[in-house]
Amino acid sequence: MSSELISNNFRMDKLPHIWCPGCGHGIIMRSLAKAIDNLKLDKSKVCVVSGIGCSSRAPGYMDFNTLHTTHGRALAFATGIKLANPDLEVIVITGDGDCSAIGGNHLIHASRRNIGITTILFNNNIYGMTGGQYSPTTPNKSYGTTAPFGNIDKPFDICKLADAAGATYVARGTAYHANQLIKIIEKSIQNNGFSLVDAISVCPTYYGRKNKKGSSVDMLNEIKDMTIDIKTAEKLPLDKYKDKLLIGEFKNTEQPEYTAEYQKIINRFKKER
Amino acid sequence: MMGNREVRLMQGNEACVEGALAAGMRFYAGYPITPSTEIAEICAQKLPLVGGKFIQMEDEIAGMAATIGGSLAGLKSMTATSGPGFSLKQENIGYAALTETPCVVVNVQRYGPSTGLPTSPAQGDIMQAKWGTHGDHPVIALSPTSVRETFDLTIKAFNLSEKYRLPVFLMLDEIVGHMREKIEIPNKEDIEIFNRLKPEKDSSEYKAYEIKENEFVPRMAAFGDGFKFHVTGLMHDESGFPTNDSQISDKLLRRIMSKVDDNVDDIVMYEEEFMDDAELVVLAYGGTYRSARSAVKEARRLGYKVGLFKPLTLWPSPDKKIKDLNEKTGKILVAELNLGQYFSEVERIVSDKSSLYKLCKVTGEAITPNEILTKIREVL
Repeated sequence: MSSELISNNFRMDKLPHIWCPGCGHGIIMRSLAKAIDNLKLDKSKVCVVSGIGCSSRAPGYMDFNTLHTTHGRALAFATGIKLANPDLEVIVITGDGDCSAIGGNHLIHASRRNIGITTILFNNNIYGMTGGQYSPTTPNKSYGTTAPFGNIDKPFDICKLADAAGATYVARGTAYHANQLIKIIEKSIQNNGFSLVDAISVCPTYYGRKNKKGSSVDMLNEIKDMTIDIKTAEKLPLDKYKDKLLIGEFKNTEQPEYTAEYQKIINRFKKER
Repeated sequence: MMGNREVRLMQGNEACVEGALAAGMRFYAGYPITPSTEIAEICAQKLPLVGGKFIQMEDEIAGMAATIGGSLAGLKSMTATSGPGFSLKQENIGYAALTETPCVVVNVQRYGPSTGLPTSPAQGDIMQAKWGTHGDHPVIALSPTSVRETFDLTIKAFNLSEKYRLPVFLMLDEIVGHMREKIEIPNKEDIEIFNRLKPEKDSSEYKAYEIKENEFVPRMAAFGDGFKFHVTGLMHDESGFPTNDSQISDKLLRRIMSKVDDNVDDIVMYEEEFMDDAELVVLAYGGTYRSARSAVKEARRLGYKVGLFKPLTLWPSPDKKIKDLNEKTGKILVAELNLGQYFSEVERIVSDKSSLYKLCKVTGEAITPNEILTKIREVL
């Protein structure tokens, strides 16, 4: 028996999903569904858009208007949808490679425009669909199939990137802190502008195996140990948390939203007619 | 009534926007590139006046993606570009073809490959329009030769895209795009408009890619209409969800190809002139056609038996007609601003390959009437 949350928000005939045993993506997808459910959004007005990769298969399972696009371009398709019909609640599901490598340009420009799109980044530090190549969020010195001698790239902090580019809501959650992630996603959807949620996932199959991280449970426990909530960290001296990954809400501000600003131009001419 | 009609002097690129607006375009996403830029500029100016949306995206790829997004959200959508931008758009053009998303892609061709000779005229993207994106996919590409034809064919491009649910290419070239001519804008009531067929409002069992009886394309709901459907660039079944099934994939690809292959007579447009007693036919399209027409008129005045053929639809090619021209008339001279791209299509079509001649120019300048006349004299 599935829970009401699942039967009300998922396409039951499309489950089970394709993700590997132990993948963190299911927790993040469920958190998104729970957030949508808690907010009581009109399901026929929710449009979930994704690119290509493991995370981007999520929309196929979710019972909304769903669009599975090309690699890296989810935000560009979503921008067209949101501008064409601003009444839609547009949510983008993307991965670290999809969002910050091939789609990095679209991320910074969607942030800059502050267009009303919520982006949930399923961040597992690796290209999973193609078998474990290093991504822009793979830690330095980690191993991937294309980093057999250790990764010499430095990883992106995608939250800082989105913040600097102009996103008005920026937060990081994790597959370990599922309840907090639900709250973060709720607030990101409620933000009237561009929101970026960096949702840390685990990939035991490729990242875990290449880097001897143990089981999925081991990897989730590692997330617990390596993170600290920004509210807690703020009360501590820097040297107590400088090696930890900050989670929580980093930015929640109000700025003019793109499609509303465009509507003002249309309205100006309506009056003149 | 003639008096009601608006007569204006305008550029091909402007006529493209006027045609698009007349066809019902309400969404444009693009990226600046010469010689297509005026199309974006005029869309930015005019779309908000009719409640439509314009957005300048961060790159050409995003311009194509947002155009498809606009169409999926229910608006008639267009993007315009030139050479390098057309290359960048190709992956998402294939996405529009497989997901059967109607949209119009304008390519105001310039000299290439690469950055080439910006922004001199060329007609070098003819084969790219047919084969640019990976995999087999249906293609419709139109090529106007004047400002008025640009207006008319832009409307036609929208109608075909809505009817057959695919991206339609409007292949301008720098000559037609920047040419200024008098144009008489037809009355609104004289313009035929085709809008995509939508599913019945009360159908609870909407399948996004199901073909209804006596129809040949799936009915298309917009996101937000109340049907919660799925669209993917993966091979999919009639419900729209991905499949790995070899038979379903085969059926889908053959079906989307058949939309064009089985309707060539409905899609193909061409015009011919001076064909009585012609022993040679000059085939030209786009800006080159204008020089060809001058040359053929002059050749006729000089007594040469020359006809003129203008394919308005480059893809699908008017192959029955071209075969017929070759059988009835004999010689065909193809004049084009590339090194023989459409010539190779004509060569594919006709059985007597020895009757074919080509006049190709890649100096970045238009082919002159005199150059065509000289070639006519050489052939006859």
